[in-house]
Amino acid sequence: MHTRRKFIKIGSLGLGAAALTTGLANWVVGSASSKNSSNGSQSLAYGKKVATYCEVCFWKCAGWAYVTPNGQIQKIIGNDDDPQCNGRLCPRGTGGVGMFSDPDRLKTPLIRVTKDGEQTYREATWDEALNFIATKMKEIREKHGPESMALFNHGSSGKYFTHLLNAFGSNNVAAPSFAQCRGPRDTGFELTFGESVSSPEVTDIRDTRCLVLIGSHIGENMHNGQVQEMSEAIDKGAVIITVDPRLSTAASKSKYWLPIKPSTDLALLLAWIHVLIYDQRYNKAYVEKYAEGFKELKEHVKDYTPEWAYGITTIKPELIRNTAREMANAAPSVIIHPGRHTTWYGDDVQRSRAIAILNGLLGSWGNRGGIYFKEGIKVPEFPRPDYPKPAWSWQDTLNGRYPFAKEAVTNTVIEASIPAEGKKNVIKGWIVSGTNLIVSIPLKEELMKAMQSLDLLVVVDTMPMEITGYADVVLPECTYLERYDDLRATAHREPTLALRMPAVEPMYETKPAWWIAKQIGERLGLGSFFNYKDFKEVLEWQLNKIGSSLNEMERIGLKKFERKTALYIDPNDDFKFKTPSGKIQFNSKELQEAGFDAMPKYTSHPQPEDGFYRLIYGRAPMHTFSRTANNRNLVALMPENSVWVNPQIAELWGIKKDQYVWLKNQDGVVSNFSVKVRITERIRWDSVYIVHGFGHHHKPLTYAFGRGVNDTELVTHVATDPIMGGTGMRGNFVTFLTTQPKKEAKG
Amino acid sequence: MRYAMAIDTRKCVGCSDCVVACQTENNVPVGFCRDWVVEVVDGTYPNVSIELRSERCNHCNNSPCVRCCPTGASHFEDGGIVVVNHNKCIGCGACIESCPYDARYSHPEGYVDKCTFCIHRVRQGSDPACVSVCPTKCMYFGDLSDPNSKIVNVLKNRKHKSLAPEAGTQPQIFYLL
Repeated sequence: MHTRRKFIKIGSLGLGAAALTTGLANWVVGSASSKNSSNGSQSLAYGKKVATYCEVCFWKCAGWAYVTPNGQIQKIIGNDDDPQCNGRLCPRGTGGVGMFSDPDRLKTPLIRVTKDGEQTYREATWDEALNFIATKMKEIREKHGPESMALFNHGSSGKYFTHLLNAFGSNNVAAPSFAQCRGPRDTGFELTFGESVSSPEVTDIRDTRCLVLIGSHIGENMHNGQVQEMSEAIDKGAVIITVDPRLSTAASKSKYWLPIKPSTDLALLLAWIHVLIYDQRYNKAYVEKYAEGFKELKEHVKDYTPEWAYGITTIKPELIRNTAREMANAAPSVIIHPGRHTTWYGDDVQRSRAIAILNGLLGSWGNRGGIYFKEGIKVPEFPRPDYPKPAWSWQDTLNGRYPFAKEAVTNTVIEASIPAEGKKNVIKGWIVSGTNLIVSIPLKEELMKAMQSLDLLVVVDTMPMEITGYADVVLPECTYLERYDDLRATAHREPTLALRMPAVEPMYETKPAWWIAKQIGERLGLGSFFNYKDFKEVLEWQLNKIGSSLNEMERIGLKKFERKTALYIDPNDDFKFKTPSGKIQFNSKELQEAGFDAMPKYTSHPQPEDGFYRLIYGRAPMHTFSRTANNRNLVALMPENSVWVNPQIAELWGIKKDQYVWLKNQDGVVSNFSVKVRITERIRWDSVYIVHGFGHHHKPLTYAFGRGVNDTELVTHVATDPIMGGTGMRGNFVTFLTTQPKKEAKG
Repeated sequence: MRYAMAIDTRKCVGCSDCVVACQTENNVPVGFCRDWVVEVVDGTYPNVSIELRSERCNHCNNSPCVRCCPTGASHFEDGGIVVVNHNKCIGCGACIESCPYDARYSHPEGYVDKCTFCIHRVRQGSDPACVSVCPTKCMYFGDLSDPNSKIVNVLKNRKHKSLAPEAGTQPQIFYLL
């Protein structure tokens, strides 16, 4: 491969502050060196508590950072008033201080240089790094136009760089959270109900009588509010039905666990629809009033009987009928959960459509215990000039593909960054903020090609994630505990506003993202878009406009506002859905007109060959993707992932408990590292399971390096959803190598 | 007064938030813990069940650790809370050997450490850190001698068990089934 941008291991440079070795016992949680009282119970006199909201995952729970008088963060506790956490953070939020105290953090700006023929990074001042970026961006603007700059982002910091790029003249802003995650779900629900279930999802779990989970493992995905509400629903005796080839935690708490053959979920969903319609158990009044296309749907699912689905899904017809009846009995207080990570097999919008249609048949949308209407506070935007209109954008690179992609498709932005003859609209520069593309994007070859072709690659992160090794400039961001950030104004049952302010001063040479974006902007002559001294000024201005103040928010952390609209459908109102016709779309004309199936059809997907097992991946409650694998407050709970293997398969292979094996996929790709085997009855014989986010190969992540395997390196077969561009990643199969494979020489 | 804890295994998702909250509340060195989560899998696919349990010192009525402590460092506080006085502890480890629950560890600073039911919080009227952080609210902490307490109520209405009752230690952590 052309190595213009050679991968550089940041840690090998001996940078900045003295390298901290981290013997487990030496590293004290929260880095507080407080004296224990005589009985080992803490009696720390807390200096102050500082308002924050969490950044370890996207749920963004509001909380308080407790800071000791000597300026150390001792603990982080949820804000009691926040409906997203109710005063209870999850393990990652509670251990969020580990992001701040991580000894491997990025500490100073770095610029790629060639020294004695070798590419390396040199420490740079902020001025040097920012000037370098501004110069390169100006060159790109002159040579190719401002549209040739793109942003990949995840989390709170993305907003400032989005603003920067919009001001610069580009709206090529993409996030893996769409095409690698929730995109199919959002698209499927928008096509059916006219809107998506958003984030946090508007599922009324706490009041539901029946919760159906399809591959969604609430409790292992620690989406805090949902986990709390599922627990409440268990207390209230709700029926839980879980469809999963693995006995997930949620499945173990379910009245019905349907251990489905992977890749056949759509057959089950269609059979459920069949039973509801042909046994006349759907919500007739609701369907008549709010839905259209019922007649076509009835005809469409005529042959999708439970007996038909049995042969495909391995779920007994009786169980399919019984579970459909449970849903009908609970209707409309029933939720067929839309899930979140839904990029599985490439027909994911259609599967999400089937889930949406089921919800529609049962009348859950807009009813108590089903799906509620969110309401949020509109925070006014700080005054700025109008953004220039880009000459082209990511939509223009699709060439007619993925017509229902409402957000930029990461994979096509990557593709647009690979130059080719006669190709117009080529992207030449990237800013990557808070997303480790090396782990989150499955199409590695294209990703590498694109990165080698860029004129500028800037990475902004708190940690030396793999992606930083490919950057021309690495900018060290301070963690969420060290900065002001945008107000959290997520919509929920109640409108709320949450403040994040610095608990402590930024460590090392790190800076907040708002500052970085403003500095680059000013160097590009875009100062009028950043017309404030610091972000406090922006917050003060915004809060004053909505009848609060920074002073008040610092005191309460979270402010609730009164709801102005109804939480559920008022049956006396003439309620209209946000679809073109105002009705729920069972039979989608939009899809039909674009040349897709108007109603979901079952198609079979490839199955593993002999000796191969479907690779299923998921979450663990103490980790968020790959970003917590180095967090010392969390790693002791789960230092590495393991591969779950059914005992019968383990016996067949002669694999013993805790043995380390390498995984090889259908395309001959072998995992970078070996992984410990967990022999368990919790997994089907035709599948293996690993938790996503491990197997880091970047040595500067001194703890995470080499622990476990990275599922995405084994995802070389991607089934792209033609409707919105989602990358289906569950069609990969692995086998075991019990001895270390010889490393093949790489060209 | 008799403090005790009831933990609902039907609600616990095994997230280990109790462990992290304990560590940050009590400054437990990473690599050690005063509480931990156990997963017990039973059966054969697809007839499988899981029990998830957050475990810790059982603050036993009949505590072998208190009995065997040569210096009196391990002792009872009000409400039956078993506590180690770090200043009196010589780190001999007899208590670690005697505990049927493996609830104690040697702190790097030379003394033996374990769960205190967050006595510093309880004395101020708060729940232990693990109880107050639990996202599933699966833990109940309270006074068994108070007939109106939530814990007495759940123990009255729910089938429950304690761990290793055959050891005769009269443990005070109960698991709701």
